Amino acid sequence: MAASMNQTLAAGAPASRNIVGSLAGIATIIVIGIIGYYLFPNNLALLTRIIAIALLVLSIDLVTGYCGVATLGHAALFGAGAYAAGIASAHYGASDPLLMTLIGALAGAVAGLISGLIILRAHGLPQLVLSIAVIHLFHEAANKASSWTGGSDGLSGIAPTALLGLFEFDLWGRTAYIYGLALLLIVFVLLQLLVRSPFGMLARGVREDPLRISAMGASVQSVLLRMYVISGVVAGIGGALTAISTQVVGLDSLSFTLSAESLVMLVLGGTGSLYGALVGTVAFMWFEDVVSAANPFHWLTMVGALLIAVVLFAPRGLYGTAAALVQRVKGGRA
Amino acid sequence: MQTVFSIAVDALAYGMVLFVISIGLSVTMGLMRVVNLAHGAFAMIGGYIASYAARDLGLGYAAAVLLAVAGTVLIAIPIERLLYRRIYGAPELTQVLMTIGITFCIIGIANFVFGPTLKTIPLPDTLRGSADLGFRSIATHRIFAIICGLLVAAALWFLIEKTAFGIKLRAAVDNAAMAAALGVRTEFVYAVSFAVAIGLAALGGVVGAELLPVEPYYALRYMVTFLVVVSVGGAGSIPGALLACLLLGAIDTTGRYLAPEYGEFFFYLAVIIIVILFPRGLAGRFK
Repeated sequence: MAASMNQTLAAGAPASRNIVGSLAGIATIIVIGIIGYYLFPNNLALLTRIIAIALLVLSIDLVTGYCGVATLGHAALFGAGAYAAGIASAHYGASDPLLMTLIGALAGAVAGLISGLIILRAHGLPQLVLSIAVIHLFHEAANKASSWTGGSDGLSGIAPTALLGLFEFDLWGRTAYIYGLALLLIVFVLLQLLVRSPFGMLARGVREDPLRISAMGASVQSVLLRMYVISGVVAGIGGALTAISTQVVGLDSLSFTLSAESLVMLVLGGTGSLYGALVGTVAFMWFEDVVSAANPFHWLTMVGALLIAVVLFAPRGLYGTAAALVQRVKGGRA
Repeated sequence: MQTVFSIAVDALAYGMVLFVISIGLSVTMGLMRVVNLAHGAFAMIGGYIASYAARDLGLGYAAAVLLAVAGTVLIAIPIERLLYRRIYGAPELTQVLMTIGITFCIIGIANFVFGPTLKTIPLPDTLRGSADLGFRSIATHRIFAIICGLLVAAALWFLIEKTAFGIKLRAAVDNAAMAAALGVRTEFVYAVSFAVAIGLAALGGVVGAELLPVEPYYALRYMVTFLVVVSVGGAGSIPGALLACLLLGAIDTTGRYLAPEYGEFFFYLAVIIIVILFPRGLAGRFK
């Protein structure tokens, strides 16, 4: 409760402080992105993958963190974007990366509309189950429509042309990485504007007390559905980015595992904050990569132990707990 | 006719196995309001213990079943004391995170201790063959699974409807705070029902090993199925869970026989339709 009060107060603080804070956040993302580029020049594929998943986790944060809808089926939106972008390139020759990203975003929005219409019919545990059913339906449908999607072999033959006609997608994935970073920054800035807009405030109101929002005359269902579509756009862009950077789309992009993992990343970082989504994604994927390389036999045990430790010692997620600590230190000084 | 008959028998056996495993989840979920994604992991532990006892120690089937149930409960008690206690009443997302973490740990450990291969539980001769009904013959094991399911349902019905403990349990499900105020030791009720739930999961894991093969990713593969069954049936309701298991078992088995290339498409389509029509479950009182 106190945390949400603080958030509301912070959002009402002078606009100048907000802008300084956002600029600092954006600068941090750019700096970390550049450091990553020079520190892991041979591992840019992983970094691009992290960016794509970060977009998916941001999109889950929009519906889970800001609207309070628990979902274990969000990869449906991500996979729809990936497959749409991939099919556009492989079957229709629409291989311009910007066009593919746009198609991915559109497909994500449509998938968001469909799954939103289904998932929002229930609350609590049945809602969670509906979301699980949705991701399995998408998965089986993609598997069955193998003439379009390649089925379990995956969709290949995606060949994006040079970005803006200038930058070829090279073997080391430099172009893909920089393109992904630029996409992430644009999306992040737009989302920050969105969550501070009156619509974003309304969404938070729905999470806190849906009954009161409807008593105020706003339609809860329409707020949630609109947020679902927006979240589909974000996830679809992430999906399109994987299609462009890896040039292959597999059924795993529509899997329950991906949905569950990305929700775990969000909760790990902290729900209800865009930074939390980014921190959670980077922390989880980095940890997974290091541990599975160090000890392929025990990595799942360690990931599990990490999750348990987070619940026990950092219940608000890594970012949420760190932010609360900073707040306390500041409060102590003032 | 042959197909219809074998579908019916397989569906019934599958539904009963689902029931034995997930009824514990349903009761604990109705009682403690915990979204326990690790329930399947305990069924898997039961399967592993039975397989170890029967194959490596050479014990009989009955002894293996008993050992599996007792062993799984023993393993579960410290986990409940140390971890589950912390998430009673926590938000759903926290519970999901914690129980997925527990599942991952159990999968990792099982993979390390028993290896990634499929484990079988050798059946005794009496359960191995097939029984002749005069006009058809059915695998004896299927009959055994169906009888186990019916026995569990009857025993639970008796426990919950006819005993003093059952009255306390129902009171705690309806309103835990009120029950505690009236002198019901809810802590004790929670502990006993958790143990019973885990024991049943282990029993289901062993009895159902022929239908749901025991391997390290068992916990993850069927986690969703159990959760779906509980949600469709309505958490905390035995008749609801039984109905849901039979219905979903029938849909899943029919789908696998008649349209295997669609995988679980029809199963999940049915789930969506049922949940939208009955948002509280077929006989639910959750929320």
